[in-house]
Order: sequence, then C-alpha cells, then structure tokens
Amino acid sequence: MSDVTKRSVDPATQEVLKHIEGQSIKTTWDRYEEMQPQCGFGQLGICCTNCYLGPCRIDPFGEGAQQGVCGADADTIVARNLLRHIAAGGAAHSDHGRTTAHALNLVGKGEIHDYHIQDEEKLIAIAKIYGIKTDGRKKEDIAADLGEKMQADFGSQQGPIKFISRAPKKRIEIWKKLNIIPRGIDREVVEAMHRVNIGVDNDYKSILLHGMKTALADGWGGSMIATEAQDIMLRTPEPIRGTVNLGVLKEDYVNIVVHGHEALLPEATARAAKDPEIIKLAKEAGAEGINLAGMCCTANEVLMRHGVPLAGNFLQQELAIATGAVEVLMVDIQCIMPGLVDVAKHFHTEIVTTSEKARFPGVTYVHFEEHDAEKIVKSIIKKAIENFKKRDKSRVFIPKEKKDLIAGISTETIAKILGGKYLNTFKPLNEAIINGRIRGIAGVVGCNNPKTTHDFGHLELVKELIKNDVVVLSTGCSAIACGKAGFLQPEAALEIAGKGLKEVCEAVGIPPVLHMGSCVDNSRILIAACEVLKEGGLGEDISDLPAAGAAPEWMSEKAITIGFYFVASGVFTVFGGPMQVLGSQNVTKFLTEDLEGITGGKFAYESDPIKTAKLMIDHINRKREALKLRPMMYV
Amino acid sequence: MKKIYFDVEKCLGCRSCELACAISHSAAKELEKMISQKDKSLPRIKINFSKDKNYPMSCRHCKDPKCVSACMAAAISKDEKTGQILYDEKKCVGCWMCVMVCPYGAIRPNKKVKIPVRCDLCTDIGEPQCVKGCPVKAIVWVEETELERVK
Repeated sequence: MSDVTKRSVDPATQEVLKHIEGQSIKTTWDRYEEMQPQCGFGQLGICCTNCYLGPCRIDPFGEGAQQGVCGADADTIVARNLLRHIAAGGAAHSDHGRTTAHALNLVGKGEIHDYHIQDEEKLIAIAKIYGIKTDGRKKEDIAADLGEKMQADFGSQQGPIKFISRAPKKRIEIWKKLNIIPRGIDREVVEAMHRVNIGVDNDYKSILLHGMKTALADGWGGSMIATEAQDIMLRTPEPIRGTVNLGVLKEDYVNIVVHGHEALLPEATARAAKDPEIIKLAKEAGAEGINLAGMCCTANEVLMRHGVPLAGNFLQQELAIATGAVEVLMVDIQCIMPGLVDVAKHFHTEIVTTSEKARFPGVTYVHFEEHDAEKIVKSIIKKAIENFKKRDKSRVFIPKEKKDLIAGISTETIAKILGGKYLNTFKPLNEAIINGRIRGIAGVVGCNNPKTTHDFGHLELVKELIKNDVVVLSTGCSAIACGKAGFLQPEAALEIAGKGLKEVCEAVGIPPVLHMGSCVDNSRILIAACEVLKEGGLGEDISDLPAAGAAPEWMSEKAITIGFYFVASGVFTVFGGPMQVLGSQNVTKFLTEDLEGITGGKFAYESDPIKTAKLMIDHINRKREALKLRPMMYV
Repeated sequence: MKKIYFDVEKCLGCRSCELACAISHSAAKELEKMISQKDKSLPRIKINFSKDKNYPMSCRHCKDPKCVSACMAAAISKDEKTGQILYDEKKCVGCWMCVMVCPYGAIRPNKKVKIPVRCDLCTDIGEPQCVKGCPVKAIVWVEETELERVK
C-alpha cells in the first residue's frame, strides 16, 4: 500500500487516492512506481535515436563508447535532444496560438458567430503593433486583418515576428547580436528539426542558441498571439472569484469537466451550460442542473473569464473521474493523459475528445470547430445528461475539499488596480520595489510531476518567496496549486507574506500571489516585465530587474521551451529537476553558468523548494544591489 | 548463499544495471549528483555482447575462486560462512592477477586508481542494486535451489 502523503500534499487528492485503494484503478502514481527504474541514459540525455546508425549511447563513466556511430559526442547528443524538446514544446504552444489567430480572422470576417470582439481597446493596441490601420475602421475589419497578420507570423520567412518589438530596446540589441530574433514561428521549429537531423548541427553552443531562437518564437510569438487573440475575442481577464479543488464537483448535478488548453471550447461550453433548454433537459434527467468544472489550463481560461470552478491540476485529472461523479470529460489538446481512458472504464464517465490532433483509441471524437461551436458543445452536454442516468450513485465519492480564490489578474488589470480608476500605471509597484517594501518579482509556473510530492514544490516555494517580500506571478498548474492552498485569497496569503509586501498589497488591493492565467499566459509575465521597465527606475532591460522564475514540478516539453524563452529574455530560472542534460558537462555548464554572460539569464536545477527560494532571493538581492536600490525596509 | 543470476533471454542490453551499480558504489548514491563528480565510481557489472545475445556479467562468487589463490597481497578472501568473495581495497597492490585469472572476466580494472573493482553484492545496502536496476527483471538474486522456481 502506498503512502498517500508522499504522493500529494493536497487533501482532496489524498482522500480520493485513499478511497480508490484496492479498487484496481491505476493512476499516474502507480504507473510511475511500475516504471522504476527509469533509464539512466535517458535521464542524462546521452541516448540518441535520431538516426538508424543507432540507437547510440555514451558511456557516462568515460571508459566505453564516447561517441555515437556517426561520431557525435555527449555534448552534441545532449544539445540535439534538448533542441528537439524545445521545438516540440514551442510547436504545441504555437499551434494553440495559430488556432486562436485563425478564429480571430474568421470572427472579423463574420464567418463565425459564436465569438465576438470583446476587447476593442486591446484590439486597437495590438493592431497598431502589427502596423494595421485602425482609424475610422470597423472593429471587425481590424480583427480580420489582425487575425490574418498574426497567422502570417507563423509562415513568415525573414521576420522578425511582430511582438519582438514589444521587448526593451536593450534586449532586442542582445538578440540581434546573437542572431536569435525569430524570423517566423514555424520557420524556427522547422529549422530546429533540420539542425538535429543526422550530421547537421554538431556544435552544442550553436544548437542551444537556436534553441533560444525557437523558444523566443514561442514566448514572443505563438504563446503571446494565443493570449492576445483570446483576450480580444473572449475579453481580457479581470479579477474574478472562483472555487478550486475536486470538491467543486456536485453530487446532484450533471458534472462536465473540460480539460486541455485552448480557450475557445470551454468558452462555448460555459455559455451553453447556462442555456435554459439545456438546464431543463438536465432536470428532466433527474439532476439539479449542469455543473461545469475545469481541469488544467483550460480551467484557468474559463475561470479567469467566467468564474467557472476549477476541479484541479495536472495530477488530479484521473482522480476527477475516480469520484464517480463525472458524466463527461471533454478534452482538447495537451497534458491529457492517455491513462484517463483506463480510469474511465471503471466508471460511467465518457471521455469526449474534440481535437482532430488529440485522438485516443476507443474514445468518442466530436469534431469541434469555431463555426458551429455552440451547437457542438450542446451536443456534448446532451451526451452528459444522457450519461447522468447511468451514474452508479453508490460509487460516488466527492471529497469536500475546496477553496475560494481570486483569479484573472492580467497585466492590464494590474496596471488598473495599481493606478486606480483613471490611471493605468505600474508606478506603485515600482516604487515599492525601489523603496524596499517589495524585494522583487518571481514567476512561479509549470506542471505537476509524480517524481515529487504533488503541489509540495509549488507551495513551499511560493510561501518562502512571499515571506521574503517577493511578489509572485503564477500561471498554469502552479497557480491552481496556489489556489487549492488558499494562497489566492488575499487575506490568507497576507498572513504569510512579509511585512513590506503585506503593506503594499493592503494599500493597493492586490493579493501577494497573482493568478495570471494558463501556460500560454506566461507571455503576460513577459509583458508585465516590460511594463515595469517602462515605468522606470528599475533598469533598462529585463535582465536588470530584481526578478526570477521557477518551475518546481515541471514535466512537459513546453516547460523547457518556456524556461528557454525566459532565460533568453534575461531571466534567472530555476527548474525543480534537471533537464536531460547532465550527461554533458559542457552543456550543463553552458546552461547553468555561461549563459548569464550571454543573455543575462541562466538556469539552475534545484529540487528542494526552500533552496530554490534562496537561489531566487539571492539573485534578486544581487540585482537590487546592481540597481543601487534602497535596502529592504523591514529585515 | 543467495547468488546473482542473469537471464540472457530477457536482457535487452540497456545497461541500466551498470548505472545502478555505479550509483550504488558512488559517494553521492544518486545519479544526478554522481555524474557531476570527477571521481565517478565504475560499475562492477558489465554487459557483454556475443552472437545476438547480451550477457550481463559480474563476480560469480565461485566455490573455488581462482582470484583468491592468485592474490599475492591477500586482499581477496572467501567468507567460508556465506560463500561471498571479499575484497579489501586497502590491501590491494594492483598487480591485476585477479583480473587475469578470472574465468568470467568479471573483475574490472579501474585504471584511474590502478586497482580493480568487483561485485560486493552491495552488502552495505542490503541487496544488489543491479537487480533493482533491471527494468525487465533479467537479473535475479536467489538461492541456487530456488532458481528453477523463479524461472
């Protein structure tokens, strides 16, 4: 029997894990244990399967083969493998961006009617960046042009991609010098795949530089396009109340969980679930109504804009089904475990996949497209209502645990909150940093991973940071973890926060941990950094800022790409576990030491959250010294 | 005495046992930490490849150990109670005689420190780590009499 406290610190997760023990339901934690030992060559990144001379691997002890059959050494193999990960992560985020830009174009052209232009202010601002004429034009026409031009950033050959111009001047100069300004989003991903093909790029430094270029095409390209186009169509998030954890599932309701990443599907679902006709059908089936809940980043998207409750983060997806109370789990793309299908077989839950790109054997596929969004999601909700009748009530086990939270803090809202009703400004934040009330800014983001106790890394790190007066910007599964622990309730978080941070938060009305959205919304953190710089007094470049990033429980290739675009943008970034690079001392050194002299940012690998916090705080302190800021007000 | 047995039909040659062995004999006891240390410990087990098959090999702890009689420094001895071959690195003078007489080629010279390394069944941990490290269970640690059962 396994010790559930080692698996997760989240009470709801522990409860469901205990409940299903002995029921032959396998979860990711069981599969992780079965997978032990995990291959050491893979962990070190010194296994190469890129061509059929191989598979090859390097002897890490220095006595056996030191080169693959083609002659590639550990440095080349490790760097090439890493570039593949970056390309895959960037491709995932960016494809999400592409879908959104396409939809924006169609909305503008009037070809789809289930979405509209909801944030005209942002439409105009972004259109200007793209050089689109806005004066005297209809918003739909501007949107059509913008959607088209955003899509053109993917196929652009010479670039630069448009959002690069939002970066500070000094940063752009650094990128120019390194020749890592992305020419086109797709182009950099394709070139990454070209470079790692047998016998192309063999110099680890050159490979890793292209890694940064590819990652920048995501952070300042695909992901940023996703965020901005979603904001324009679905509106820019504003502070909103919500609830989180498996306890949001309701016993007497038809429970529908939306899981995945894109914002268009859950948006349509959130609207359709309120339709009187649908609610009537649910009541006829014996339910009180429809209860929609989100999982992972999809959840963050609908939480931020509609207050839809969050059922949980990455490691809880199988457990939602294991409550026996979920009629339909509706999924689109990314982070959707194939293991869900087996868990669902133990219950009445039907999994419905809506993306052509994400299919599962034996799982119902309902093609989702923007043209017919509402009709399609209604058909899925009806499936759920039908399925409610099949629910075995004796097997329902919904943990009580849930917490209230505040989410939806976009960069724009921070400025609005800080500046008050009539003034958008970051000034109060900058001043608080300059006068030593706030030490600095941390981005804590990323996934869950059964290699570490679920949520433990996020929570311990965030606690330690706010205790030390560091304001935390949070996204993705990390933000959900914070919500479950109550850190997204200003009152609760302020009890832990350091005195200076507490004073500022109370004075201007922001929580010390800010829920900034999904994982594509890490682009919001980049823009927030630029806004802080523009406000003045904290240097000229992102690398000057007293700021650091961390992904304590990361697992996805997307996390690597995010890490790379942050480091390439000048941010010191700590990863909970090492990437698969330790088999090459040169690559490890390059990423964790040399890069600082090249981009101003670098990586560190640290699995202990308290030590991670110390690394980040030390870095922030060094940056404060360099900027000659006042000493911290309360020591 | 429990002995290590290898199933060559199962072995895929992934060398995970080698890594597990090296980690177990390192000061750090963890792959990620060990790999960054200059003085990496060497695996005591080695996968040999011959005629389409992989043959993992480590000290057989022979009933009639040639290495014991060949050792001029009396660094290698046989524990008569357990049957395990013991090796005292401090006494070893690095003459490589054991390496030469071993009929299995199971003793590995560590050229850096100029004395050999050999399987100690991970006595300090309690069980041989190569057994745990094998993802396909091609390595077992059992009494000879039990061997038929585990097959």
